Amino acid sequence: MAKLTLDDLRKLREEKQKAMEKRDPSNKDAQVIVGMGTCGIAAGAKETFNAIIDELDAKGITHVLVRQTGCMGLCHSEPTVEVVVPHMPVVIYGNVNIETAKQIVTDHIINKKLIDNHICDKPAMDIVR
Amino acid sequence: MHASICDTLSDLVQNALEAGATRVELDVYTGPDKVSARVTDNGKGMDEATLKQAVEPFYSEAGKHDHRRVGLGLPLLYQTAQAVNGTVDLRSTPGQGTTVAFALDAKHLDTPPLGDLAATVLGLMTFRGDYDLVLTRKTPTAGYSVSRRELTDALGDLSEASNLVLARDFLESQESSITEE
Repeated sequence: MAKLTLDDLRKLREEKQKAMEKRDPSNKDAQVIVGMGTCGIAAGAKETFNAIIDELDAKGITHVLVRQTGCMGLCHSEPTVEVVVPHMPVVIYGNVNIETAKQIVTDHIINKKLIDNHICDKPAMDIVR
Repeated sequence: MHASICDTLSDLVQNALEAGATRVELDVYTGPDKVSARVTDNGKGMDEATLKQAVEPFYSEAGKHDHRRVGLGLPLLYQTAQAVNGTVDLRSTPGQGTTVAFALDAKHLDTPPLGDLAATVLGLMTFRGDYDLVLTRKTPTAGYSVSRRELTDALGDLSEASNLVLARDFLESQESSITEE
């Protein structure tokens, strides 16, 4: 890969913005939060994070904020991803591999359907306290 | 021991942000004999008693994390350094910030690989809040520097997927430009 400069980056950003100018990127009403504690990273959270941003970018979705956070206390089910979409329950998905990450974008965010077999309970209260 | 040095860097930068830092400097050097890094923050710092506790396995300051009460970041770093003829220098001043520096023997069999620095730094730039993270990367013959603020100025909101993809390409291009030399 050729070394990019910040000016290259600005140009690429402008090109992307032109391609997406029909959409409204200011209306960000959903959030995807990837757990990137040691436990998450060891289980593949970086790949999960990359899969999510690639899928959102490929589908041209601009209303979703992507963040990372530390350990959510669900180390047994890493990688974990919290998804906040209006008019849907706030869900923490566990064991989110690349395939499930793509499903989060297509099923949960686009089609507004929960993904079976990956929904985690919130951390137990003794951990939260 | 962490699987990669980047995992340690993640721990240290997350510690800095959780300490309320608005500016974190991350210096990473890789050479044929030595791998070293320094994380400097302007967070709340630690007094001597807290500093001693911070290197104990499972210690975590009360209320620091929403969902857990234990931490292993610094103890894992000390363990790694001990195992591979490395050194750790931890300095902190309450109200001013903390600096953690470490150096590891690059030729030691058990020294972890650097890992994916571009992905790690990109992730560390996506925490909530208004903070700057400045990466200064060096090898014996090359280097680059990039900050969260520069990327935000060039791209806008770093939590938008399309911007994250571009930022990732940018960081990967910087990293490959010095590792391919």
